[in-house]
Amino acid sequence: MKTAITSKGNTLESKMDQRFGRCKYFVIYDTDSKHTEFILNPNADAEEGAGPASVQLVASQGVNKIISGEFGIKIKSLLDSLKIQMIVIKDPDIKIRDIIELLNH
Amino acid sequence: MTPRLKKARKILNPPTIKGLKPYGLEAGKKGLSPLSLLYEEYEAIRLSDYDRLNHHQASIMMDVSRPTFTRIYASALQKIAIALVEGRQIAIEGGKVYFDSDWYRCSNCMCFFNHPEKETELAGCPLCGHETIWRYDQDDPHIGEYFESDICICTHCHYEHKHQPGHPCNQQLCPECNSLMKRKGTPGCI
Repeated sequence: MKTAITSKGNTLESKMDQRFGRCKYFVIYDTDSKHTEFILNPNADAEEGAGPASVQLVASQGVNKIISGEFGIKIKSLLDSLKIQMIVIKDPDIKIRDIIELLNH
Repeated sequence: MTPRLKKARKILNPPTIKGLKPYGLEAGKKGLSPLSLLYEEYEAIRLSDYDRLNHHQASIMMDVSRPTFTRIYASALQKIAIALVEGRQIAIEGGKVYFDSDWYRCSNCMCFFNHPEKETELAGCPLCGHETIWRYDQDDPHIGEYFESDICICTHCHYEHKHQPGHPCNQQLCPECNSLMKRKGTPGCI
């Protein structure tokens, strides 16, 4: 099971990015192999359509859960049709390490 | 010129069955192919005839225009009539749709999540695995307050502190007397 987390930086100590489409990095975490991968988001500075482009990027990684602070209106129907689960954490100070610990419950 | 793209229709509840079969002596003898009733046509019938909404209300539920809804509904009725008269099977499949999903909230880590795979039962919080989850209703402000005011309480000396999302109360030790703590208001605590 792969999970994508939006991140502000490329270390485990970085904070989660509250935005989905324009986050700096995506963290792809595999709950089975405990492997973590950081992907730079090329859509971070896009003027328009950052959300759907990011969905495409994340979906191509075979993710079935996405953790972020907020999802735009264009995203929800897309993710629903791809059967990707959205998880929203309303805590701007949570670190990537904390989220991975939660996932390893 | 390419034709205008079809707008995706919103489906609230996927059908519980995959189709219907006729019965009786003549059923299935002629080897007729099953009719495919699209998901959006099923939803149109459900909203209009089962939930008894008018076409205007139903079109809003499906996120299409009222005339489009009426066309979908008419095509659904046509297909059902054909199936009934010719004794053909109905297979509910296909269509340009997306499923609108409900939101839930975990009582432990306070995260919100949805559940896109309606066929499978929701086992617990997808983040922390905690089993207590609430259906989140945006129109009910009371739910939010309840979560914010969660307090961990020591069962021994009654010491209290604010609940930290992601840290189960019953795994915490009281800083005063080192005994186990519990969520205030749950059975077993004072």
